[in-house]
Amino acid sequence: MIPAIHIEGVTKSFGKVEALAGVDLDIQQGEFFGLLGPNGAGKTTLISALAGLTRPDNGRLAVMGHDVVSDYRAARKLLGVVPQELVFDPFFTVRESLRIQSGYFGIRDNGPWIDEILAALDLSSKADTNMRQLSGGMKRRVLVAQALVHRPPVIVLDEPTAGVDVELRQGLWSFVRRLNREGHTIVLTTHYLEEAESLCGRIAMLKQGKIVALDTTENLLKRFSVRTMRLRLAVDVKLPDTLLGRSKSEASGDHTFILDSCDEVETILAQLRSAGCRVEDIEVGKPDLEEVFVRVMNPS
Amino acid sequence: MNGFLTLFYKEVLRFWKVGFQTVGAPVLTSLLYLLIFSHVLEENIKVHGLSYTAFLVPGLIMMSILQNAFANSSSSLIQSKITGNIIFVLLPPISYRQFFSAYVMASVVRGTVVGLGVLLMTLFFVRLPWAAPLWIIAFAVLGGAIMGTMGLIAGIWADKFDQIAAFQNFIIVPLTFLSGVFYSIHSLPPFWQKISQFNPIFYMIDGFRYGFFGVSDVSPVLSLSVISSCFLALSAFTLWMLKTGYKLRS
Repeated sequence: MIPAIHIEGVTKSFGKVEALAGVDLDIQQGEFFGLLGPNGAGKTTLISALAGLTRPDNGRLAVMGHDVVSDYRAARKLLGVVPQELVFDPFFTVRESLRIQSGYFGIRDNGPWIDEILAALDLSSKADTNMRQLSGGMKRRVLVAQALVHRPPVIVLDEPTAGVDVELRQGLWSFVRRLNREGHTIVLTTHYLEEAESLCGRIAMLKQGKIVALDTTENLLKRFSVRTMRLRLAVDVKLPDTLLGRSKSEASGDHTFILDSCDEVETILAQLRSAGCRVEDIEVGKPDLEEVFVRVMNPS
Repeated sequence: MNGFLTLFYKEVLRFWKVGFQTVGAPVLTSLLYLLIFSHVLEENIKVHGLSYTAFLVPGLIMMSILQNAFANSSSSLIQSKITGNIIFVLLPPISYRQFFSAYVMASVVRGTVVGLGVLLMTLFFVRLPWAAPLWIIAFAVLGGAIMGTMGLIAGIWADKFDQIAAFQNFIIVPLTFLSGVFYSIHSLPPFWQKISQFNPIFYMIDGFRYGFFGVSDVSPVLSLSVISSCFLALSAFTLWMLKTGYKLRS
């Protein structure tokens, strides 16, 4: 099957700053893909190159097999981009903005689909409101609607929930999940790692313009993250010598163990019992993407 | 509707929504010019055997067309660039030729609407002959297209509103005022007559005026040739800017 997005050897420099230092990536049709990285890692540059807003110095990018430079018309029809910045045209209402955006893609009489998007994004009551009068969250939803007016099979969301309240965020993710279930390929960049962890099936991490990790979310968690066990012992109780070197201890009596497997929980507890140590509290931590992110970005 | 027609429609709708500012105000300004200059000079000056007011009106109409055509494309583009909503036009499959045509045609429409407004208002003061209406239309459309193209160049090049203002105040306005809107270049000393002939706006005004009176400072065919050449050269330059993504696509 043709990949939804094909990126091959893409480099881009702005003066002396190398924003993309040779990126190769294939995103398959129907994937919910996460593109993560710290500020300045090259995520937005990569998305801009895909959308034709930035011209790469080398390499090629394609959307559903269509080159974004030589076959840009076909590529752009297949791509919907929600930009990071909260931009809007102050001259028009929400519905006018969506009708105009439909026209740019050559679509006439797009009313029923526009109504459906407005309803899904809880914007129906604001359809005839000028863009200037909307709150920040509503403007963000209109940006999502504008990216969807031409029913693109590939949708790129560049930090769509930045500055958006929890309720709106949940509604937005519910809608995007629905689109993904219906077969749309979703590419998401976000700084909210818990969002990426719960939504994305596969994740790429960018650092200084290069992909430094690329795998399924599950494999990344297995490879880069570890389980931890945090214990609180009774006051004045010391760890047995056999466990001293294995834990990170705090003044409060808390001790944190890094576990290679779940079996180690029983082993550690058995050693504590035989040493007569009474455990007052215990907490086993699950691996999370934040830890993976920190380890990938700071390997030392 | 395809991308070109939609962009053209959007650009027309944009200025129409603020019609007081984009149409009403320039019509009023031209009317004030007419009232003041004709009041002061009507009794003292005749040009090409015409009353000064009659001579002045086509110049004012054309000046309004030119300045507003420039303002339309330049202000729309710089606003879109600064607010970031230019992305809505850059993401869809709109070609650089469509982009160019839509902005320039919308500029011609605004220039023409303002020009018609000025013409309607001046009918209360003077009745103009219509010696060659096709020349009037040709010069109005071509003049508006040239200034719409200049506006695009300025809008693409500028990063700030004051750069657009500088472009307008230091290039467009002087060229317009020194083009024969208010006088015939035959009233100038020979040196300044020569200099005026390097000003393309002089040919726009002179050719447009020929359409009304059938008399002009230079041949209308020469004027049409000069401004057609200007339009082709400016269009080629603007299309190159758009094709390479200069200051629009990094």
